[in-house]
Amino acid sequence: MAFIDYYQILGIDKTATPKVIKDAYRKLARKYHPDLNPNNQDAKANFQQINEANEVLSDPEKRKKYDQYGNDWQHANEFEQQKQQQAQSSRSQSGGFSGGQNAGDFSDFFESMFGGNAGGRSRQAKYRGEDYTTEIHLQLLEAYKTHKQTLTVNGRDIRITIPAGVENGQIIKIAGHGGPGTNGGPNGDLYITFSVANHSSFKRLGDNLFATIDLDIYTAVLGGEITVDTLNGKVKLKVKPETQNGTKVNLKGKGFPVYKNEGRFGDLQITYAIKVPTNLTDKQKALFEELRQTKV
Amino acid sequence: MKTKYLIAIDDFCANHHIDVSFISSLQKTGLIEITTIEESGFIEADQLLLLEKYVRFYYEMDINLEGIETVTYLLQKINSLQHEIGTLNNRLRLYESE
Repeated sequence: MAFIDYYQILGIDKTATPKVIKDAYRKLARKYHPDLNPNNQDAKANFQQINEANEVLSDPEKRKKYDQYGNDWQHANEFEQQKQQQAQSSRSQSGGFSGGQNAGDFSDFFESMFGGNAGGRSRQAKYRGEDYTTEIHLQLLEAYKTHKQTLTVNGRDIRITIPAGVENGQIIKIAGHGGPGTNGGPNGDLYITFSVANHSSFKRLGDNLFATIDLDIYTAVLGGEITVDTLNGKVKLKVKPETQNGTKVNLKGKGFPVYKNEGRFGDLQITYAIKVPTNLTDKQKALFEELRQTKV
Repeated sequence: MKTKYLIAIDDFCANHHIDVSFISSLQKTGLIEITTIEESGFIEADQLLLLEKYVRFYYEMDINLEGIETVTYLLQKINSLQHEIGTLNNRLRLYESE
């Protein structure tokens, strides 16, 4: 556990007045506060450091203790215990952030020096609990069907229903499953981000699927019937004579389920990739040559 | 008919130790909506998160009302750009082999 220089974090001198500390803190908070940096984990980590530095330096007692022991902070508690036998100290209030998702986490250094609950403010206001975020990783086929899944968030098991059609990067909110509120305030919410991996032969865009199907030259020229795979089984397709390479065919309702719209599906678009035969026999070459001679 | 959960502005202000005039100012700028019932002001519960965020901006980060308006606009823009990036990434996967 390394010593943390709170003055350096706030970019101030050791002689800084409370006003200088407050101004430095506010300036950095305006830069790194999670409210102003949505989905930015780096900013959140920075803000936690700034908040912790302010927590110590804006409180005269904590600042005194921090200044007094400095690098010897590891022995601070032993000295303090001796002192406490002589006198009781009271906790003072100072202005720091209270807000939902930000104030809770302190470094091991802080916990060791000031104790686990030292970050708490004595204001009796009701605060909404912290919002939690988590990720669920799914395969494309799992996202194709509505299913239930159990998540463990902060030690609690939560069983959720994942509707078919959920999209990669989509975020859903489970109200009231975040951190508990303080002083009777409401619980926070749980935000789940879905990461949908696709290792199938289909490409997905929203509710529509895309696939490229190899087509032999004979079927392309003369027409015929082929069987293609969809996520919902196989389907037979009629291929028109003289089908060109890159021809697209739209299979209505054979795509991905529409999110929270049961029974509705997007389309599957098939692109034909015509394959020219290789390793021809002499006879086949002769037949193609014959064809060439008939070319109009 | 959907039930609306309302929070009395006076209670909110007392709990957060803030001035009622701040909420009125937010309403005037259009940042929140206030429902008035029998001369008492209420906010809908789904605006609570937003309101608490504005309280942090104003009282804890020292951002004035004009600043809050600007920040709110820019945050909406960030949100919409992040959404667009997500959509574009998904679209990009159409052209990339995995």
